[in-house]
Amino acid sequence: MFDKIWDAHEVAEGLIYIDLHLVHEVTSPQAFDGLRLEGRGVRRPDRTIATADHNVPTDGTMAARLIADELSRVQVETLERNCEEFSVPIHSLGSDDQGIVHVIGPELGLTQPGLTIVCGDSHTSTHGAFGALAFGIGTSEVEHVLATQCLVQRRPQTMRIAYTGELGAGVTAKDLILATIGRLGTRGMVGHAVEYAGETIAGLSMENRMTICNMTIEGGGRAGMIAPDETTFAWIEGRRAAPAELEAAVATWRELPSDDEAAFGTEVEIDAASLSPMVTWGTNPGQVVEVTEAVPEPTTETEERALRYMDLEPGRAMQEIALDRVFIGSCTNSRIGDLREAASMVEGHRVADTLTAMVVPGSARVKAQAEAEGLDEVFRAAGFDWRSAGCSMCLGMNPDILSPGERCASTSNRNFEGRQGKGGRTHLVSPKMAAAAAIEGRFVDIREWE
Amino acid sequence: MEPVEIIEGCVSHLPRADVDTDQIIPKQFLKRVERTGFGEYLFYDWIRDGEIELEPNPILVAGPNFGCGSSREHAPWALQDFGFEAIIAPSFADIFYGNCMKIGLLAVILGERDCRAIAEAGAARIDLDDQTVDFAGGVLRFEIDEQAKHRLRHGLDDIGITLQSAAAIDAFEAAAPARGADTRSL
Repeated sequence: MFDKIWDAHEVAEGLIYIDLHLVHEVTSPQAFDGLRLEGRGVRRPDRTIATADHNVPTDGTMAARLIADELSRVQVETLERNCEEFSVPIHSLGSDDQGIVHVIGPELGLTQPGLTIVCGDSHTSTHGAFGALAFGIGTSEVEHVLATQCLVQRRPQTMRIAYTGELGAGVTAKDLILATIGRLGTRGMVGHAVEYAGETIAGLSMENRMTICNMTIEGGGRAGMIAPDETTFAWIEGRRAAPAELEAAVATWRELPSDDEAAFGTEVEIDAASLSPMVTWGTNPGQVVEVTEAVPEPTTETEERALRYMDLEPGRAMQEIALDRVFIGSCTNSRIGDLREAASMVEGHRVADTLTAMVVPGSARVKAQAEAEGLDEVFRAAGFDWRSAGCSMCLGMNPDILSPGERCASTSNRNFEGRQGKGGRTHLVSPKMAAAAAIEGRFVDIREWE
Repeated sequence: MEPVEIIEGCVSHLPRADVDTDQIIPKQFLKRVERTGFGEYLFYDWIRDGEIELEPNPILVAGPNFGCGSSREHAPWALQDFGFEAIIAPSFADIFYGNCMKIGLLAVILGERDCRAIAEAGAARIDLDDQTVDFAGGVLRFEIDEQAKHRLRHGLDDIGITLQSAAAIDAFEAAAPARGADTRSL
């Protein structure tokens, strides 16, 4: 599948044509400046789309000019100005279509099988869930794509991870990818385009598939991909950017999956039926154990440092770890399916009085959908803070941050030191695990809960 | 971008594995819309908390998987602005490696033992033409993509080079069936 898409987009050797370029406020201002300096334009504004997500407040602020933090305001206003000057369509703060860039692409139907998709954000791998080749780029490359609609790229190696069996009750796509990274390590996929395959993946929803591809970068992978199938086509049908001739498009998309005899540089097999709910204990996503396990003995200096930062001692049961905050959101887990899963755990319960919990929908449309379904009421009744769309506490570039020393169960993708706020301690979990942790004030094995 | 030929001088050492770009340049400094001035915020928390000390030498020797995580080019900007002209490490994260090459910050991959030896020697001379690192312990050869080397060596503007292929891009667009939707129609 990777080879088919790559070969169909090679303009010249090592020069790849880009079908869709997603732009946000943080990694684009210097790129637009570069264009201005050289007197260059945007080659295909009709294949480019922008939104504001990383540093927008999630308190309901409805316009860039109203953002209280001056630097954030300037950055979002700069994006709006740049988009206007270069005729790039934008769904900024206040728009019905604003949201996390990796949520709105699929939501609008722009993310389609067979496309090459880039964005100045490492979690662009999310879009590979549709059978697209999607990866994150830096600002120089953002400028390059704006100017040429192409990218100079070295062909990555290929890896296939085949999953067998069905995920057990309470075990989700988030646990599957955390367990995978735990097994392969945070360098296990470096230099590779990774295809997630097998019966387990075929049985997952698009939202779950996006969660998996999203975290490919946490294993060091360049791109994550999943073969398009009926589930994929059903997602796209009826969306605003869906092809007018959907049947014809689907016919070409059916040609994309890897052939039976396709060769991969590396093949990995994982028994998905044996997986458990996972919780990270350290400061990278590969430092992860099953919820029933204890904090492991450190075997490297890196692990020792991680334990010091996390203020944990080896042998402590993960379920004994008390929490101060719970965050449900981010490009990994903020889609309507994620919120439904979390809400299903919360109904009829109260958030523990020892912590505060928040839910941040991934887009304005996810928020509206959740409110139409009454999910906001479920969360509010349980004591969760119900917020507006944005990257929020995943990366702490906006007012949603941890205080030093605070411990957080988070559905986001990175537990790096200080990621959610200087001195903050992050444990990555699934939306269901986060919701249950919010109720109990500590991690619980949701398979045995209630 | 300045051409890269010889990089010579003292070596700073950061012997840690999996150093992510959130550490190299913490998020609060990504709100700037300029491209310069990030050097003073390099490893902001680690340096300010006294966890590490770094001299602004021409060469940084780092640990494996350096630059993992976020795609922020602010990380290589900060390293370059701080004074580093080259980074030597056993391995780099993909996006970070690409970002370095785009801005003329030479990323050199050598084995873990070689990296340690260079750090211990305290000084080195990197010759891009020869693809060698010369230090008190010997001369080591490193691998680099030919195209990337050519661009670095001559300080070439990537976009300018690609635009020389404008006819090929035009032809590609004309020949390929339209892929994806018009983003302006939404």
